[in-house]
Amino acid sequence: MYSPLVFDIKRYAINDGPGIRIVIFLKGCNLNCAWCHNPESISKEAERMYAPAKCIKCGTCVMACPEKAIILTSEGIVTNTELCKMCGRCAEVCPTKAIELSGKPRTVAEIMDEIEKERLFFDQSGGGVTFSGGEPLLHTEFLIELLDECGRRGIHRAVDTAGLANTAVLLDIAKRTDLFLYDLKMIDSERHQKWTGVANEKILENLKILTETGANIIIRIPLVGNVNDDIENITETARFVSALKGEKKVVNLLPYHKIAQTKYEKLGRSDDFILLEEPGKEAQLRAIAIFGKYGIEASIF
Amino acid sequence: MFEKIILHEDTPERAASTEGNFYSSKNNPIGPGMNERIQKLRQRSVETEPSLSIERALHETAFYRENFGKLSIPVLRAANFLDHCRKKVIYLGEGELIVGERGPRPKCVPTFPELTCHSIDDLNVLNTRELQRYTISHEDIDTYAREVIPYWEGKTQRERIFNHVPPEWKAAYEAGMFTEFMEQRAPGHTALDGKIYRKGMLDYKREIAANLAALDYLNDPEATDKAEEWKAMDISCDAVILFAERHANLAEELAIKETNPIRKAELLKIAEVCRWVPANAPRNFWEAIQMYWFVHLGTITELNGWDAMNPGHFDQHLAPFYLREIAEGTLTRDQAKELISCFWIKVNNHPAPPKVGITARESGTYNDFTNINIGGVKSDGTDGTSEVSYIMLEVIEELHILQPGSAVHISAKTPDKFLHAATRVIRQGHGYPSVFNPDVYILELLRQGKSLQDAREGGCSGCIEVGAFGKEAYLLTGYLNVPKILEVTLNNGINPVTGIRVGLETGNPCNFTTYEELYAAFLKQLHYVVDMKMRVSNYIDRMFAKYAPAPFLSIVIDDCVSKGKDYYDGGPRYNSSYIQCCGLGTVTDSLTTIKKHVFEDKSFGMGRILKAVLNNFEGEEVLRQTIMNRTPFFGNDDDYADSIAVSVYNDLFEAIDGKPNIKPGGKYHLNMLSTTCHVYFGKVMGATPNGRLAGKSISDGTSPSHGADTHGPSSVIKSMTKFDHVKSGGTLLNQRFLPSLLRKEEDIKKLGHLIRSYFTLGGHHIQFNIVDTATLLAAQACPSDYKDLMVRMAGYSDYFNDMNADLQQEVIERTENSGF
Repeated sequence: MYSPLVFDIKRYAINDGPGIRIVIFLKGCNLNCAWCHNPESISKEAERMYAPAKCIKCGTCVMACPEKAIILTSEGIVTNTELCKMCGRCAEVCPTKAIELSGKPRTVAEIMDEIEKERLFFDQSGGGVTFSGGEPLLHTEFLIELLDECGRRGIHRAVDTAGLANTAVLLDIAKRTDLFLYDLKMIDSERHQKWTGVANEKILENLKILTETGANIIIRIPLVGNVNDDIENITETARFVSALKGEKKVVNLLPYHKIAQTKYEKLGRSDDFILLEEPGKEAQLRAIAIFGKYGIEASIF
Repeated sequence: MFEKIILHEDTPERAASTEGNFYSSKNNPIGPGMNERIQKLRQRSVETEPSLSIERALHETAFYRENFGKLSIPVLRAANFLDHCRKKVIYLGEGELIVGERGPRPKCVPTFPELTCHSIDDLNVLNTRELQRYTISHEDIDTYAREVIPYWEGKTQRERIFNHVPPEWKAAYEAGMFTEFMEQRAPGHTALDGKIYRKGMLDYKREIAANLAALDYLNDPEATDKAEEWKAMDISCDAVILFAERHANLAEELAIKETNPIRKAELLKIAEVCRWVPANAPRNFWEAIQMYWFVHLGTITELNGWDAMNPGHFDQHLAPFYLREIAEGTLTRDQAKELISCFWIKVNNHPAPPKVGITARESGTYNDFTNINIGGVKSDGTDGTSEVSYIMLEVIEELHILQPGSAVHISAKTPDKFLHAATRVIRQGHGYPSVFNPDVYILELLRQGKSLQDAREGGCSGCIEVGAFGKEAYLLTGYLNVPKILEVTLNNGINPVTGIRVGLETGNPCNFTTYEELYAAFLKQLHYVVDMKMRVSNYIDRMFAKYAPAPFLSIVIDDCVSKGKDYYDGGPRYNSSYIQCCGLGTVTDSLTTIKKHVFEDKSFGMGRILKAVLNNFEGEEVLRQTIMNRTPFFGNDDDYADSIAVSVYNDLFEAIDGKPNIKPGGKYHLNMLSTTCHVYFGKVMGATPNGRLAGKSISDGTSPSHGADTHGPSSVIKSMTKFDHVKSGGTLLNQRFLPSLLRKEEDIKKLGHLIRSYFTLGGHHIQFNIVDTATLLAAQACPSDYKDLMVRMAGYSDYFNDMNADLQQEVIERTENSGF
């Protein structure tokens, strides 16, 4: 079976659903958000990350590279990306882990073993596993197998999705998911297109359909200064969410932060990093108040 | 409608009524505290500089000159105590409700020349050093030099010990393979049960008189010794009664002069309380606290035992008084809280007596480790929490002072409400309380042979060591530097730092062909060192039984009174000795490094790693980085590394547990406490195979090596519970949490779940350090702005500013469980 790459596994995750959770991050995304704080999650392929701060300029990687793609300079290493075949040999030998390969193929059984290690914490806290990405729905078959296995073992399952998927696929996933963390970036499709690279009609439609199935959903909104924290967008979002069927929705606001910059640098994609604004305290309070007006409980995460 | 607005920077405010505890405004000009009285008492306690008092030494020296040889040793000790209680300066401070100081005024510490006599140099260093300074006047130093020092030359316990020890012990001791607690202080780590709330000193005097009358000199070969011990106990009772009466007299004198009618009434009440306790059992909440405080002062004035005594399950002892008085309407919740606050400040007024032979750099701590146990289970096994438990949490949160330490005990029967109230206090980042698991330590005590009821009434004393409160002498004999034992093994018995032989010749490791051979050599070395330490410990035990008995302490520990035997002479119902093993993480990671890279992967040879370690990895940075990044280390829920930790732990247990300690039925047990000794132990060591550089501190308690745990707290907990905590008398896990992990109210509950999970898996103790690196760096740069910054380190809390640069660096380096 096709096996997606896992780029991170986070334990004692306390901000990704109820209880103490483990988050499995699957590589590959169909959105390209300007504020993305996991840039390595976008490509489905393995990527090489290099942290100059950790590099001790020992040259071990230079010697190990079968393509002779790496040269050592006084500032660290430089890799000729045309020669590099992503074999990962450099990451294997790097003594300081300054070079790391992001994205490792993991089987369902291997992932289940990792999940099982945290079992007691789920049972104690009402937590479970959260599948995130990237966009986990891109790996439908693999995700279904994981969800079913968790279901058989009685582990609470959350799926963190941006919602851009074939509706039938989403509904198929919904059958085996206990909770969706559903991202809602903004309501205006043109703005959505501008900031995420895709239009949002499908995303909004999927969310409506999903609520009609009675699925358990938490709405997650990345709050970015001067991108989507304006009164207009927040009001429209609140209106949209309040019109959704089913139980009252809870909204988590996730303020933008600049910490991801290091990750862009490590990927060698510093130019792709767009410095946006962290939302001010006022904007955060305002957003909470607007949602409150529509009877929606919003809190900062 | 939705007013629950939570932002990153803010700790949500809570109403006292809703959550059981609350946090007072920080804007008060005097400082924290529930009312002006408490604020002023706290301010005085915090701002008073510790000083030394020579009063006790002068009284004692004069008394010994006059009486040594005339009285039996127990009677001499008791009469000396009585003499000091008769003559010492009595202090009763403005606004105080709970009264009594060991010294002539708050934070003024006496010396104990019968144990260790400070030299003139010591006193000068203490007076001038920057950290943990104790001021003393030049006049007092001159008096000390003239009156005290000459008499004690050659007669102190410390000299008795060092004159006796064999050269191989001395070599190992000087190499830093272990420490010896009793070279500076008397054995201690004692906590009380509930007996002093049911019986006063007059009751004990009656019991002692009956015992003396029933002595059988015809048939009992120990009759004479028992008689002397009982006489001594009887005199000790008189001493504390006299001490209390002098406070009553002073309070009455002050009341006559007092013009404020409210204070006048308080002073008369203080007099009434001090005339009743400790002579009689307390009748109410106020008397119960004052009763304990007089007993506490008695034990720490009589001798300087390790750890300044602790009341045991104080909330459980006070709860019956509280509940009855609340029902009768003779006490309000606020009055109870005020008295508890007064008690807390009293403990803070008592810094630890400073060591001798110190250097200006050596810091030590002001903390004297009085640790208040809160919550837990009662001796009948039911939940021990009460409203008093919640009041104590409030007091901890409000006062945030160095002493007393506090520990919450969370059993399966403890309600979540209490756990969450405690985690809210933890979130404030004052370093307290630490969290204990009665369900596991009761098993530890049962395994050691305590009865079920005695085990349930047990708990922890100063740090993490457990004992049967009020019935046991459980002595910490010293720390064992386990990584150093491996270092010496890797050098075939030689200390590589000095080139001096300090251990057995266990073979040249380069000739070992398997990991098992290396491990067997390490075990041989371990047993050699442990046995050597025990031989000297047993000798020291007898020196205390013979020359420095503690008749007053013996009164409050069962079954000393009925046996007529001293606390140091097998009088207690249980007699245990602990050896505290440090550096489980460092030794595990070093062994794992060698096992994996040298014997399994053969990525480098033994010769190369030994040479690299000897050269502090100079020119071998690639090797060092490879080791640190490519070796499975302890603390990541990885069986490869964790199984080595389990075998080391089990073999430490085998080497120590169950060996007799020469007291009747007494045995040695394993303990995994490090306090700050891991810093000292690191200093005496070269680099270690796990990539740790020379001089850097070794891992603390049973915590993973610094920075080795990269998978977060849940993985650490999994690793930590692969060994059986029940086999020890205490393990220690430090977890540093950034405040970002505890922002939301929901996070508090998740921390509660983490604690419950750890305890379900069999963990003994966990403590949290809630700070962020930026704060610590800022505190280093500008200490004066961070005076109240308290960090919890391996078994206790200390002010960050009071720590030396090494300890501060250690705090900063700890793994940050960042939420990002």
